Amino acid sequence: MRYLPKSPSERKEMLEAIGARSIEELFQSIPEKFRLRAPLALPGPLSEAEIIQYFQARAAENSRGYTSFLGAGVYSHLRSVVTDSLIQRSEFLTSYTPYQAEFAQGTLTAIFEFQTLMCQLTGQEVANASMYDGSTALTEAVLMAERLTGRHRVLVARSVHPEYRHVLQTYAKNLGIEIEEVGFTESGQLDRSALKPENLALAAAIVVQSPNFFGVIEELPALAEIAHAAGSLLVTSIAEAVSLGIVRPPTEADIVAMEGQSFGIPPSYGGPYVGVIATRDKYVRQMPGRLAGQTTDAEGRRGFVLTLATREQHIRREKATSNICTNEALYALAATIHLCLLGKEGLREQALQNLAKARFAQAELEKIPGVRRVFSGPSFNEFVLEFPRSVKMVNTELLREKIIGPFALGIHYPELTKRALVCVTETTPRAEIERLAGAIKRILERPV
Amino acid sequence: MNSKSIDIEAQVGKILKVRQHPNQNEGLIFEKSAPGKRGMELPPLDVPAVDPAKALGSEFTREAIEGFPEVSEIEVIRHFTRLSTWNYAIDLGMYPLGSCTMKYNPRVNEFVARLDGLATEHPEQPAEVSQGCLRILFDLQKCLLSITGMDAATLQPVAGAQGELTGLLMIRAYMQSQGNPRKTVLIPDSAHGTNPASVVIAGYEVKNIKSNARGQIDTDNLREFCTEDVAALMLTNPSTLGVFEERIAEIAAILHERGALLYMDGANMNALAGVTRPGDFGVDVMHLNLHKTFSTPHGGGGPGAGPVLVKKILEPFLPVPVVQQKEDGKFALDFNRPQSVGRVRAYCGNFGVLLRALAYTLAYGPGMRQATEDAVLNSNYIRKKLEAVFDLPYTLPSMHEVVFSDARQKKHGVNTMDIAKRLIDYGFHPYTTAFPLIVPGAMMIEPTESESREECDLFIEAMRSIAAEAETNPELVKTAPHSTRVGRLDEVAAARKPILRWKP
Repeated sequence: MRYLPKSPSERKEMLEAIGARSIEELFQSIPEKFRLRAPLALPGPLSEAEIIQYFQARAAENSRGYTSFLGAGVYSHLRSVVTDSLIQRSEFLTSYTPYQAEFAQGTLTAIFEFQTLMCQLTGQEVANASMYDGSTALTEAVLMAERLTGRHRVLVARSVHPEYRHVLQTYAKNLGIEIEEVGFTESGQLDRSALKPENLALAAAIVVQSPNFFGVIEELPALAEIAHAAGSLLVTSIAEAVSLGIVRPPTEADIVAMEGQSFGIPPSYGGPYVGVIATRDKYVRQMPGRLAGQTTDAEGRRGFVLTLATREQHIRREKATSNICTNEALYALAATIHLCLLGKEGLREQALQNLAKARFAQAELEKIPGVRRVFSGPSFNEFVLEFPRSVKMVNTELLREKIIGPFALGIHYPELTKRALVCVTETTPRAEIERLAGAIKRILERPV
Repeated sequence: MNSKSIDIEAQVGKILKVRQHPNQNEGLIFEKSAPGKRGMELPPLDVPAVDPAKALGSEFTREAIEGFPEVSEIEVIRHFTRLSTWNYAIDLGMYPLGSCTMKYNPRVNEFVARLDGLATEHPEQPAEVSQGCLRILFDLQKCLLSITGMDAATLQPVAGAQGELTGLLMIRAYMQSQGNPRKTVLIPDSAHGTNPASVVIAGYEVKNIKSNARGQIDTDNLREFCTEDVAALMLTNPSTLGVFEERIAEIAAILHERGALLYMDGANMNALAGVTRPGDFGVDVMHLNLHKTFSTPHGGGGPGAGPVLVKKILEPFLPVPVVQQKEDGKFALDFNRPQSVGRVRAYCGNFGVLLRALAYTLAYGPGMRQATEDAVLNSNYIRKKLEAVFDLPYTLPSMHEVVFSDARQKKHGVNTMDIAKRLIDYGFHPYTTAFPLIVPGAMMIEPTESESREECDLFIEAMRSIAAEAETNPELVKTAPHSTRVGRLDEVAAARKPILRWKP
C-alpha cells in the first residue's frame, strides 16, 4: 500500500526485535472473541487515479454549469489562487496545534495576525482563533454572555440565521438558558417595541445578526443602548463578513460572533469554514477558543505563544469556558492570507461591488410585474422579494434553465411564504442577473 | 530613523547558526504595509456604481479600515512562505504526538476536495443538483459503520469535542425518552479534557473514577459508582495509556445492567480499525476523529470532523438532517425527525473534511487493517528499544502509543518538557508532554503507521542520546531548543499582560 513505508521483511525484522512471533501477538490484549476474522466490508482499495475518478463522477452529479443566487449564510466570492497555494504549504497543512511554540512560530505568528485583522474589521479589542463556524460562534457567544452577566435568558432576533438559532437551541436546552425570540418590523429590523423592560431586566443579552438573515442591516448603536441600560449585553452575529468593507463595524456590541467563510474559503457544501468571537479586553477571560499572545525569549526576541489557556478544556476540564479543542486554524490562515491580498482598498472595492450588483439585481427584478421588495431597511448584498406565485414553483422552473433560484423563506418563516432571499455578489455577472430576471418574468407570465 | 532596521541589527549581533537566514527576520505583515499597495485586483464592475452613504445611509457606513494591510502579491507570498519555514510538519518527519495520530495526509485528498463541482457547492442548493455531495456523505457513513460495527451515523459534528457533545445529547434524549435523563456521567481520570467539558454542556455532572494500578478501569469501583443516577461511562479505548481495556465486555455489562450506556471516545481508533469493532464489544455510542485516524490534515489546529456512530436504540435522536437513500436510489436530507436532539452546526458539517476521509478509506479499502498493524508495530518497536532508558509506569501491552515517564531523568533535574524541547534539536517534533494526568512527567509517544523503520530508528537514537545528555550535560537539555528561530518563550509574561493584537 503506497501510504505505508515498510517492506514485508522490515515488518518481520521489527517483530523479531520486539520478540513477537506474529503481528497477532501484539493484539492479544483484545479479547479473542472480539477480534475480527474477516476483512472489513469496504470498497477499494483504490489507486490514486481511481480515487480521482470516483470524486470527478460525484462532482458531475452536482451543480456544475448552474448559476446560483443563494446566499443565506454562505457566499461565493472571488478567491485568489495564492491563498490556496499558500495554505497547501506542508508546514501549514500538516502541522499540529502550536503547543510547542518554538517549533510552530509560523502558525502562531499567522494566528496573531488573524486576531489583529478580526479586531480591525469588527471594531472590537480582542478576537480568538478560532471557532468552528458562524453558528457555533454565536452559540458560544451567548454562553459567554450568560457567564458574564449571570443571567439565564436571551432575547434572540428571529432575523438571526435560522440554522444558527437551531444550534443555539440545541446547546442551550440542557443549560437552563431560556431563549425568547423577538420579531421584526416592516423594515426587516428587530422589533424594538417587542423588547419589554421586564424581559430585558432578566436578559443576559440581546442577540442580533447584521446584516441579518434578510440581508438588512440592524441599528446596532440603538440596540446596544437598550441592552446596556438594562444591564444586558449586545451580541452581534455576522454571517456575511464582506459587508464589513463598507458597513459600520459593530463597535457598540459587547460580543461579536462572525462567520469568516466569505474571506477566501470555498462554499464546499457547508464546511469547513471559520468562526471567530471578538469582544472587549475586559471580557477576554470568559472568551472560549485559542488565543496567540506576543512575548519574548530569553534573548529578547519577539515570539508568539498560545496564551490564557486556563480558560481551556485541557487545563480546566469541566470548569473550562468551552469544550472546543480542534478548531479551524487552517481556514483562519486562509482568511488571513486572503485579507492581506485584498488589503485596505481591495476589501472596500469588493464590498462596493456587492452593494452595486445587489442594487442592480433588485431594480431588474422589481421591474417584473407582481414582484416587490419586502423589507425597507438598508441592505447589503441580499434582499427579500415577494413573488405572486410559490417560490418552490419558481425555483423548480428556474432549475430547468440551469439557475439555482433564491432561498425560499417559507421553510423557516411560515409568514413569509412566497418570499425569497436573493443574493448577488461580485462573482455574479450582469448578464446572469439579467438572465434570472428574464426567466422569472417568463415563468410568472405562464398561466397557472 | 527606522526602528525596524534597528531591531534587525540588534538580532544580527546575537545571531547563531540558522538565524542568519533572511527568513528568520521576518516581521508582521502590518509592518510591511504601505499606502496604495494591494495584492489582489477585482474585475471591473459591470453595473452602475453606487454611493454607499446614499444607498445605506451614512450612519450605516464606514471609511476604509485604519491599519489594514496594504501589500503586494509577492510580499504576501514571501511573508507566509517565510512564516511557514518556522513550523514543523508531518511532511518533514515523524510527529510523535501521543493521542493526536499525526499520520501522513495524502495529497490526492487535497486534490479531490478542490474539484470544481465539490468545493464550489452551496449547502442550501436543491437535492436534485447535490446528488454527488449527498452520495459522498452516504458512502462515508456506510464505510464508518462498517469499520465500527455500529448501526447509524451523523457526520454533522465538526470536531471530536463536538462529537462528544452530540453523543451525550443523544444519550440524554434517549434517557429522557425512558422517563429519566439521569444526572451523572462517569469519566476515568485518564480521559481527555474535552470529555468532562462536553459532559457539562450536555447538562450532566462529571464523576471521575480512578484507574487501577494497571491503568485500567477498576470494575469493582465501577460497580460501586454506577448508580441509578448514572447515564453513561465515557471511555477512551484504547485508553490514553495506549492500552486496550481488557475487561471491556464486563464494563459494558455493568453499565447495561443498570440501564446506563457506554460511550467510547474514538480518539484512539487508529489502534483498532480493521482489527476489532466497538459495536461488537458493547459500545452504544462513539465518535471518530477524522483528523486523526482518517488522515485529514491538522492544519495547525483544525479543521476536523467528529462523526458520531450509534446503536439502533439511539438512531431516533440523531441530529437533523440525516442523509438517506430513497427507494428510487436518489439521495436526500431528512429533516422530519421528531425525536432529534436538534442541530449542532449549520449545514451538513465539515463536508470538505468528510470527503477527504472517504478518499483515505477508499485508498485502503479492506486493507485498512495493515495500517493499524503497522501503527501498533511501530509503537511496540519504540517501546522495546527505549524501555531500558526511560521509565515505563504501566506495563500492560501497548497498542498504537506508549507512555513513558521522566522519572529516571528527573534525578538529574531534567523533566519531560526538557526532553521534548531537546527533541526539536534532533529534528523531531516533541511527543505529548504532561498527559495523561495519571502519569506524572508523562512522555506519550504515538508514531503512527506512516513512519518507516528508518525514521523510528532515528527517533530511538535521538531519545537515547538525550537520555545520555540528561546524565552528562543536563543544562544542554534544560535550555533546549538551541536550533530554532526563538528559544523558549516566556509564557508567564504572555499571560500576565496579554498582547493579543498588533497595534501601530
